[in-house]
Amino acid sequence: MSQGDPRQPTPVGRPVGRRVVLAMLGLGAAGVVAGAPVAHGVGDVLDSLSAGTESDFAGLLPGGDYFQLYTVADGFPAPPPDYRIAVNGLVDRPLSLSVADLEAMPATALVKPFQCVTGWRVPAVHWEGVGLGHLLDEAAVQKGAKALLFKSFDGVYTESLTLAQARLPDVIVAYKMLGAPITRDHGGPVRLYVAPMYGYKSIKWLSEISVVDKVHPGYWEVRGYAVNAWVGRSNSDVGAPIS
Amino acid sequence: MHWATALLFLVLIVTGACLYVPQLVGLVGRRNLITQIHLYAGLALPLPLIGCLSGSWGRALRDDIRRLNRWSGDDRRWFSAVLHRQPFGHLRRGKFNAGQKLFAAFTLGVMGVMLMTGCVMRWFYLWPLSWRSGATFVHDLVAYLLVVGVLAHVGLALTHPQALRSMFTGRVTRAWAKRHAGAWLDEVELPDAGGVDAPR
Repeated sequence: MSQGDPRQPTPVGRPVGRRVVLAMLGLGAAGVVAGAPVAHGVGDVLDSLSAGTESDFAGLLPGGDYFQLYTVADGFPAPPPDYRIAVNGLVDRPLSLSVADLEAMPATALVKPFQCVTGWRVPAVHWEGVGLGHLLDEAAVQKGAKALLFKSFDGVYTESLTLAQARLPDVIVAYKMLGAPITRDHGGPVRLYVAPMYGYKSIKWLSEISVVDKVHPGYWEVRGYAVNAWVGRSNSDVGAPIS
Repeated sequence: MHWATALLFLVLIVTGACLYVPQLVGLVGRRNLITQIHLYAGLALPLPLIGCLSGSWGRALRDDIRRLNRWSGDDRRWFSAVLHRQPFGHLRRGKFNAGQKLFAAFTLGVMGVMLMTGCVMRWFYLWPLSWRSGATFVHDLVAYLLVVGVLAHVGLALTHPQALRSMFTGRVTRAWAKRHAGAWLDEVELPDAGGVDAPR
């Protein structure tokens, strides 16, 4: 490389640009591999900063164990007027339940985490609702039934469970969350909560529970996610926290 | 290349906001569609750069990359002068000032980090759950840094009209170059000048 050759100039100055890029890539990679505990730690700081304030700004910042809100239809849907949840299909006694009807049934309260398959997790969420198994008993499931198909009043989302999964003690049709009626952005008035599985199984804005003879893979499952979405044992998990 | 990349960044920031900010999620929804747009825009992000490196603009682009990469003592002094609000007219400045060099490196770094963390988030089943959380955290954090950077970049562009015009026309006046980028003017006009920047 000579000073006089216009095509191969002697570089002048230090290659700071390259160093900045490499440093960012290195930090980024370190963040991927080791960032999870930092993200949780940041959450503690954000909690103490926002304690006593009414705002949700902590949830907007990176890190922390906060809910993220997802919807696949356009926005958060409002329930139809005279909202009822239908329980139909292979049952002897089809049901049409209002929120009040659900509240009159024996209640199950749970304090369990909400784990999203993308990685975020809210550790101790208070849920209240009716055990799904109780609803199935009320409706009297027929022989030949194998699974449940859930539909949402957003008109798009669906989910499924096998009968055995549906009868687990921590699978509920929930009408209360965090001590109050479920808000619209969290899937209210009524949603499913399936504690041992990833959050996408806990269908929001629930409108219908159909008892059917086979599993129909739900919205995200036809897009590549596991049907039996056990936390820590599906979607290629290694070391996921199990409540 | 600048404008194609800028447009892709804009699409990424807007779709990213619609995936992240609850008020926008409630307004727009359609998570699957927005995610697909965000993903394709992200994967396309390096294409203008790669395309131009090999095309007819390649030589000029590589020269500019060389200029952006190399910092002289005067570059460091420029930073110090700007931060302490001191005059810097006496410093030799090339085609790009140190702030622009830093922003270019930062943008390239952002592209790399976001592509890397974005891929961990998209093909999540290849990685442990804690890596997904780490990637999400870094992706969110760098997104905030990017938005701050872009706002500063656009703000400076709007307050420096000659420089902004040159991004559309590809030209600056000789008077502007003499005042703002003396070393670059020397390099272009004087064939033997070594200068701060590599000769064309």
